[in-house]
Amino acid sequence: MSSHFKKKTSTKQEIPLASLPDIIFMLLIFFMVTTVLRETTVQVRTLLPRAEALTKIDQKRLVSYLYVGPKKLPGNKLGDTAVQIDDALIDDVNAIRTVMYRKLLEQPKLIVSLRVDETSEMGIVLDVQQELRQAGTLRINYSTKREL
Amino acid sequence: MAALLKKKKSREAEIPMASMADIAFLLLIFFLVTTTIDVDTGIGMVLPPPLDQEQDPPPVKERNMLKILISDQGAVLLEDKPSAINLVRGEVIKHITNDGADPNYAESARKAVVSIKTARQTPYESYVGVLDEVWMGYFEVWDGEARKLGFPNYKDYVAELGDSKDNEVRDKIPAAISIAEPDPS
Repeated sequence: MSSHFKKKTSTKQEIPLASLPDIIFMLLIFFMVTTVLRETTVQVRTLLPRAEALTKIDQKRLVSYLYVGPKKLPGNKLGDTAVQIDDALIDDVNAIRTVMYRKLLEQPKLIVSLRVDETSEMGIVLDVQQELRQAGTLRINYSTKREL
Repeated sequence: MAALLKKKKSREAEIPMASMADIAFLLLIFFLVTTTIDVDTGIGMVLPPPLDQEQDPPPVKERNMLKILISDQGAVLLEDKPSAINLVRGEVIKHITNDGADPNYAESARKAVVSIKTARQTPYESYVGVLDEVWMGYFEVWDGEARKLGFPNYKDYVAELGDSKDNEVRDKIPAAISIAEPDPS
């Protein structure tokens, strides 16, 4: 008799699991859509400075990143300041012009996000900016973190 | 009998659905781990188009230009006088809201230019610090203008505008920040 009772309660507490895959798939699709897979490995250190007057870049597809900072060397050492676009380090600053011009042809509304290390000197940043002017990519964004 | 046969046939074609949730979970965990939901933030600027070699940059009257020089040590010179970085914002606000009152500041907000000049050795961090203060000055003035139009602040005004380019506040007080080339040394 007691076993009979037990069985009855256990059937009552069952949660319907039929919709579980659907729920999981919904979540899965959300994360698949929002994911941006990192396709580049940054070879320079970019410790971003902090600032207050921030603007958000909503359209990520318009953004092209340009990294400036000391080169990461094996053994946690830092080398000379270098410029990196996408996957490659740029040896000659004058090469930025052609690279960026090609990117601009693909995406006319291009925004160049300058991820510059806070210890870098202005000289290299100004050189890069001159190249960007020559390429015609005039919309830039100094990438910064929010001031705490 | 016929009904019984039919039932048996449909059972044979069934795919086991019990593992579906597990498979979906695995994929979900993969995407959870690889996802980075970080919004890019930064200070937006528009560079001036390149000038021709023989063409001189457009002239700006001395009084309309607020000169900020950042030395190679990161020290700030406001109109050639040494100054603290947190005084920059107040000077910028005074400069763009002057409207011709003080002869040392700009004639009108539309003509006002803030010029930031650095040395080649200036640390990027101090440059961004000064640029940030200048932008904050502009944002404070824009906030005031947006309040006159009946919005709590400038951000709400921009949100209200949406995609339309008709930004009254920015038409009235355009942000003119010029990044000067360092002197050749």
